[in-house]
Amino acid sequence: MTTDLYQETDKTRTRRARSDPSASDSATAASRTSRANSAAKPVVTLKEHIVEIVSDSGEGAQRCGQSFGAIAARIGNGIWTVEIIPAEIQPPARSIAGTSGNRVRLASHRVTNGGDEADLVVAFNEQVLLNRLRAGEIKHNGIILLENKWQNDGNAAIAASYAQVREQVSSAGYRLYEIPMEEECLKYVPDPRRGKNMFALGMLCCIYSFDLDLAREQVRFVFRKKDEKVIDLNLELLAAGHAWAGANLDLKFAIPAERPREPQVVMNGNTALALGVVASGMEVCSMYPITPATSASHYLSDIFEKVGCVVHQAEDEIAACTFAVGASYAGKCAVTITSGPGLSLKQEGIGLAVMGEIPLVVVDVQRGGPSTGQPTKAEQGDLLAACFGGHGDAPKVVIAASSIEDCFYSIIMARKIAENFNMVVVVLSDASLATAQQPFPRPRFNEDWLAPPINQSPVPDGARPYDWDPRTGLSSRFIPGQPNGMHCLTGLAHDRDSHVAYDPDVNQEGIRHRSLKLAALQKTLKAPTLYGDDEGDLLLVGWGSTRGAIEEAVDTLRAEGLRASSMNLKFLQPMATGIKELLERFDKVMTIESNWCDSLDDELIAEDNRRYSSLALLLRARHLIDVDCWGDARGQPLKPGDIVRAARRKLEQR
Amino acid sequence: MTVPLTQCLLRLIDENYTLTDYQSDIAPRWCTGCGDNGILTAVQRLCRDEQLPPEKTVVVSGIGCSSRFPHYMNAYGFHGLHGRALPVAEGIKLRRPDLHVFVATGDGDCCSIGAAHWIHAIRYNMDMTVLLHDNEVYGLTKMQASPTSPRGLKSNTTPRGALLDPLNPLTVTLGVPNVSFVAQAVDWIPDVLFNIISQAYHHKGLSFVRVLQRCPEFMDHRFDPWVQDPSKMRLLVHADGIQLKPDISRIYRNQETHDPSDLHRAREVASLTGEIPVGVLYRNSAVPCYEDLREGERPNTPGLIRTVLNEEFDKVTIWPEDDVTTEAVE
Repeated sequence: MTTDLYQETDKTRTRRARSDPSASDSATAASRTSRANSAAKPVVTLKEHIVEIVSDSGEGAQRCGQSFGAIAARIGNGIWTVEIIPAEIQPPARSIAGTSGNRVRLASHRVTNGGDEADLVVAFNEQVLLNRLRAGEIKHNGIILLENKWQNDGNAAIAASYAQVREQVSSAGYRLYEIPMEEECLKYVPDPRRGKNMFALGMLCCIYSFDLDLAREQVRFVFRKKDEKVIDLNLELLAAGHAWAGANLDLKFAIPAERPREPQVVMNGNTALALGVVASGMEVCSMYPITPATSASHYLSDIFEKVGCVVHQAEDEIAACTFAVGASYAGKCAVTITSGPGLSLKQEGIGLAVMGEIPLVVVDVQRGGPSTGQPTKAEQGDLLAACFGGHGDAPKVVIAASSIEDCFYSIIMARKIAENFNMVVVVLSDASLATAQQPFPRPRFNEDWLAPPINQSPVPDGARPYDWDPRTGLSSRFIPGQPNGMHCLTGLAHDRDSHVAYDPDVNQEGIRHRSLKLAALQKTLKAPTLYGDDEGDLLLVGWGSTRGAIEEAVDTLRAEGLRASSMNLKFLQPMATGIKELLERFDKVMTIESNWCDSLDDELIAEDNRRYSSLALLLRARHLIDVDCWGDARGQPLKPGDIVRAARRKLEQR
Repeated sequence: MTVPLTQCLLRLIDENYTLTDYQSDIAPRWCTGCGDNGILTAVQRLCRDEQLPPEKTVVVSGIGCSSRFPHYMNAYGFHGLHGRALPVAEGIKLRRPDLHVFVATGDGDCCSIGAAHWIHAIRYNMDMTVLLHDNEVYGLTKMQASPTSPRGLKSNTTPRGALLDPLNPLTVTLGVPNVSFVAQAVDWIPDVLFNIISQAYHHKGLSFVRVLQRCPEFMDHRFDPWVQDPSKMRLLVHADGIQLKPDISRIYRNQETHDPSDLHRAREVASLTGEIPVGVLYRNSAVPCYEDLREGERPNTPGLIRTVLNEEFDKVTIWPEDDVTTEAVE
């Protein structure tokens, strides 16, 4: 009952604020801002906008951004959200490095990446605003909604800093709106640090003409585990923000949306990975906490036991991997989830699984490297480590997820390949997919996704544990419990009976058959389809998470009349047949990767010492084609605009 | 229907596993006089006495002389990575509690490169028998000091003598929360060795047995003072531990009645210098096993997976206008 009353009040207030601001409570506060009133503000219809909400850590900008994105998605806008995450849990307040928040790109069409610079930013203080300005993340004429409480701060240094940024921003051409968020929120809560985010959400819902009832539903959902009082308070703040913006801001946008015809699910890449694990029928996930992979294991920990399965937090990455190897050896294929430093540590366990031909899925949610690198930032730096990381010749399968949806299906595919070929399959995701959210068609569960029950029937007389097929290298796997199948699996070179190899030919034979399995898999792969025309002047080749940004760049280039296309590789090892023929249809080929490559502009760099991006290196080595590369290791998801510029430069080169 | 006696007997013989059923087709390649041989025999004897089906028995090892162990057993063997036998064994046991799991590891494998896994394995307390073959030296890599080597040992990496005091695997193990079974045996009293391994096998939880074993190649005569003077061996006897046969009791007169539930005394005995304690130092059957704590309540059936997935999708689904039917309805 109480909630209904509150809703009624909210609606009334909102209506009043919109039709006659001067009569409303909120309008009194409006007189404090210098901005024009909005009695008849025109609604500007947009194709898309990029919105950022940033605050100190703990002020709730993340929750605000996520909620804003979720509402947009429910209305039917295409969305892509990107988390802006500080490295520390409780960084100092008002610090540039401590900026926390969210970017939401919303459009009338499907979006596949975080886009270029932001059109509108809500900042809770001028320092977090500086973070975004210095990173070049805001459009030059972008809209800035800035908390104004700092202008009269008791600390003269803070007030001065605020004034300085205000001056800087205004003179640089940004459209600055100073908002009394704190002052408004104080009418409802004693500590606006908790609640300001919902006020901001209300403002954004008003600015982007969202249905307030939908917003209320979202707020209820977000706070569903809290008690009714907390929910009511947040609903009040939401409505207050909405009303205030309606009365005081001359910003009114509409981004046409169409409710989807098929049910859509909205989640981030790590959630999709975790659900993929459940859907694949794997029963054991063994992990060690590491950013940015851990949230996948968090989510899995929450739901995996419901299907009778286990997330085991091991004592270290090595144990996480070898535990999974043990579980796989005696049962269904298991999975271990990690990020770059963990992949390095797991390499010996991966080598063991390769040598013993034990199926294993390894998920690497890449971050910046080497060493501890940039734990919360995106990079595609682990491709070569995934393909060639361990010692010795250890053939394994490497695939990459190219979207949130693909994170889900990649795990299902990985489990199947691992078990059909008794191989290690590494699934590469990265920080830009891990926390980004995007709607995709709701998967319809298919029993074929699941692993079959393990074989416990007697092994036929004369069968050998490594009875390699001479053509494909495949052999069957004997699982403990199978009568007559006893043998000693070993990480030493071994013969078909799993006996330690003392004969030189035996080692050669084992390596040959393990290698052949990759070829057998490769024969089943189809060449990737190109985005854009099948031939032209420039082919951009990428892998994994950069797909959306690269394809958007191709759209832009083609709209300019340039003959550019793109290709995204899901299978990095083995690579499908037919790739070379596709590359040869273009005058120029360039990889686009979120990793380092030397620039020929540097004095010391020449063709004979240039270090290429990972995929470029692989393509050049395999196809003997002059593949150039463009890379960015700044830790941010690649921007379509940057790719467009790089492609234009490449096309202009003689 | 009655079955003729001869057929019953034949069937009995047929179903009875004998010692040879646990011997693989590879003859042990340990050095003559190596203590590992005695440990292998004791385990094979145990399997025979307990009639463990070889296909339900898994022996996991790391790397080192002792880790060749599974090659010589007719069972499922897993000869994996240096130091990593325990996590592999844990992974096996977690989803397959029906399997009998043995771990063969050495002092380098367990107490040096695998030390982290050792500590945590004690804490997980999964139901398995861990045999620490402790010869106080690295053998397979040709004579380097191990963490349990005595101070002063001259080896290829400590030509002027090992500088540090050795690590005591018993006191370390007894210091870890959730420890549930700790025993010590020596290869030169095979009957007691078997007795202790049998006690370890019957304990539900992780049973840690340190077996002091002679290395005739690199540590010849290391244990001579104890082998030659039985009074320097202290045998721990108790109704809840081991009991000595009369012939052994006559030789080893230095006996202590030690209640294995007494953790404090166990730590004192473990810290003895000069004498080597042999017997069950500690046993606590009340410590829960990790695999039991993690046992899923519901089986992983396709129907259940469908239901749980749909429940999760429901939380994040945007339905087309006015369409709220879910495929979760079954």
